[in-house]
Amino acid sequence: MAKASTGSEKSKQAAANQHASGSSDSEDFALRTLQETLEEKQRFEASEEQLMHFYEQMLLIRRFEEKAGQLYGLGLIGGFCHLYIGQEAVAIGLQSALDNDRDSVITGYRDHGHMLAYGIDPKVIMAELTGRAAGISKGKGGSMHMFSTEHKFYGGHGIVGAQVSLGGGLAFAHKYNEDGGLCLAYFGDGAANQGQVYETMNMAALWNLPIVFVVENNQYAMGTAVKRSSAETEFYRRGTAFRIPGMDVNGMDVLEVRQAAEIAFAHVREGNGPVLMECNTYRYRGHSMSDPAKYRTREEVQDQREHNDPIERVKKDLADADIAEEKLKEIDKGIRATVSEAADFAESSPEPEAGELYTDVLVGEY
Amino acid sequence: MPIELKMPALSPTMEEGTLAKWMVKEGDTVSAGDVLAEIETDKATMEFESIDEGTVGKILVAEGTEEVKVGTVIAILAGEDEDASDIEAPADEAPAASDEADDVPGEGKDVGRDGNPLDIDKPEAKPRAKDPEIPEGTNMVKLTVREALRDAMAEEMRLDDRIFVMGEEVAEYQGAYKVTQGLLDEFGPKRVIDTPITEYGFAGIGTGAAMGGLRPVVEFMTFNFAMQAIDHIINSAAKTNYMSGGQMRCPVVFRGPNGAASRVGAQHSQNYGPWYASVPGLIVIAPYDASDAKGLLKAAIRSDDPVVFLENELVYGQNFEVAQLDDHVLPIGKARIMREGNDVTIVSYSIAVGVALEAADELAEQGIEAEVIDLRTLRPLDTATILESLAKTNRVVIAEEGWPTCSIASEVIAVCMEEGFDHLDAPVLRVCNEDVPLPYAANLEKLALIDKDRVVAACKKVTYTD
Repeated sequence: MAKASTGSEKSKQAAANQHASGSSDSEDFALRTLQETLEEKQRFEASEEQLMHFYEQMLLIRRFEEKAGQLYGLGLIGGFCHLYIGQEAVAIGLQSALDNDRDSVITGYRDHGHMLAYGIDPKVIMAELTGRAAGISKGKGGSMHMFSTEHKFYGGHGIVGAQVSLGGGLAFAHKYNEDGGLCLAYFGDGAANQGQVYETMNMAALWNLPIVFVVENNQYAMGTAVKRSSAETEFYRRGTAFRIPGMDVNGMDVLEVRQAAEIAFAHVREGNGPVLMECNTYRYRGHSMSDPAKYRTREEVQDQREHNDPIERVKKDLADADIAEEKLKEIDKGIRATVSEAADFAESSPEPEAGELYTDVLVGEY
Repeated sequence: MPIELKMPALSPTMEEGTLAKWMVKEGDTVSAGDVLAEIETDKATMEFESIDEGTVGKILVAEGTEEVKVGTVIAILAGEDEDASDIEAPADEAPAASDEADDVPGEGKDVGRDGNPLDIDKPEAKPRAKDPEIPEGTNMVKLTVREALRDAMAEEMRLDDRIFVMGEEVAEYQGAYKVTQGLLDEFGPKRVIDTPITEYGFAGIGTGAAMGGLRPVVEFMTFNFAMQAIDHIINSAAKTNYMSGGQMRCPVVFRGPNGAASRVGAQHSQNYGPWYASVPGLIVIAPYDASDAKGLLKAAIRSDDPVVFLENELVYGQNFEVAQLDDHVLPIGKARIMREGNDVTIVSYSIAVGVALEAADELAEQGIEAEVIDLRTLRPLDTATILESLAKTNRVVIAEEGWPTCSIASEVIAVCMEEGFDHLDAPVLRVCNEDVPLPYAANLEKLALIDKDRVVAACKKVTYTD
């Protein structure tokens, strides 16, 4: 455990070892070149404005998710509800580097944060969670099944690992259409053990598809710790068999994630094929709302919150940049208002009309 | 403002629980993430964490209290700049789930669930489109089903650059069953793509490409191998439009041979028609002759919905007459009457249509005129054509090359019972394969599969002429 805090140190050591053995010197087998580039300069140099924006977006995700947790507790949200609290830096660091006019994103069921990172209205996301007509999927998808084709956000998929193959298809379409876009396909350390992930990596590398595979390693697949489920726990190495370069990124630092994104996206856009990026992060809350959390200690979670929190880290960066705390308080206040408004909306807007039961099953009439 | 802490629901089904233990006492300062209490549900003991910062003002439900309803205020938290000792317990401590809770205790007034009775207008099925007329004097040519399918793909690919074909051996090998013969030469490797043997993966890539705006034709070498990919066909392709409230399109065609081939044993011999036909969100087509194969594959490729297109290896090489027309597209969801008759209706699809027609010939020699219906599309099912024929003949037999249990035959029988009962003069019978995995030995295989004689026998039984 605590890999999130020591990830970069470990990877440096791994890099040193590889150099010693000389395996990374092969000209055509540059699996570690992207990692080496990252290690030369690990953190993105953000402007004050960017830094403030990262802070604001991450805080929005956190407050939104806390509110979702609350509404779940009140019975307003049903079924499964997977919160993103603790992992905010991953979505923000990566998606802030996208070209939204052409790139696409796809993820699994822990998808609220990725949508908020796009600037999608929190109201329609929250209204989907409460199953209302105004929800982004008209209330017919729920927490795990949300999409915004307008933003090229392709879900929101409930089957663990399925989004990776679908993401391969989105990347295929980018290449086929020669639109210059790439696909960002997120999956967890749990999904990383699904066979179709490797089927897709093989084809993505074989066909040189523009895709960045992102393993959000939050250390637990539901309740199973990474070391209890995975023979190779360094997920960024798992593309080796397909000659896909790997990157080992501290997913608790939005500036490191952003820097890694810059490097990976440039590599993909230059037509070099896929990249596999592991973002080491930590989920504070249970896997879903009904998680009794018996598989880890309270101290472990508390330790991450206190020493490794991605929002606190940006706060520190902001302090180092002499941003007045007043400004942050203003942001906090604004976000609380936004989230509370979203919750009000989600609760007070009507459920779908009964006739919606039969719409959207098929597009055509037969 | 003081914050009310309410008994949380900790699972999708929890309605009440036991407040096992308070981990804080009145006057304690708490921050986000601190455990406030332990709550027992029927499944587990869970920790109830604070979301806000503040001071515990009043504890309203003592530890050890059982059957605390979800939504009951269990404590009050004083926020920043508030004096915890000033806090009063709310006058009304009734649980939120009472009948008067039209305003469920969140932030907004919940007018969304006012309890209007669900008034559902189920959309009426529209009359199905007819096959386009073949103009008099149209040149008819003999084509194999294999060639017809290839021509359908080629014609559509010439019209729309978004269409591409992918699958195992579809390009350089020219198709494992030669259905894609010549496509690589005409359209090149960008649009005719050999995949590795990786059905789950390429079905997902095809589905994702359709979501991304392309129009893939994904060939499975046989549908037996598509079982590895069925998750994408059902969970990804069929359901996403609905789950997205109509935002996500998935115009993909999954095609390939289905059903028993010849002497390939149980794992390579199965009819998946009933499997896919049970899934809302899919179109399922299973044509018999070359003309329908061509016209319906063209329609499938043009459809904005995901289509499962079931072919049959044993029919690939059979010759049929096909009208030489530029753009002959057939309607999806319309059955075809292959032969008219007044005495008994034989409902069939795919290879079994050939068996049904042979049976009809033999029955005719015995003075029984059978009407043979080729369903062509299994979903949506053309129940109107079946019921019209039933009203005329009053007797129905279903011939299906597949297992009997939960089959298309079962579905047709249900339709006849529900909607055609008054017209029935005999029980509806099904003639299907034997209910066993398909054996390899030639004699056993023959015994397991449907044949003309069994269809004839069933027809004689329902016409009381046996």
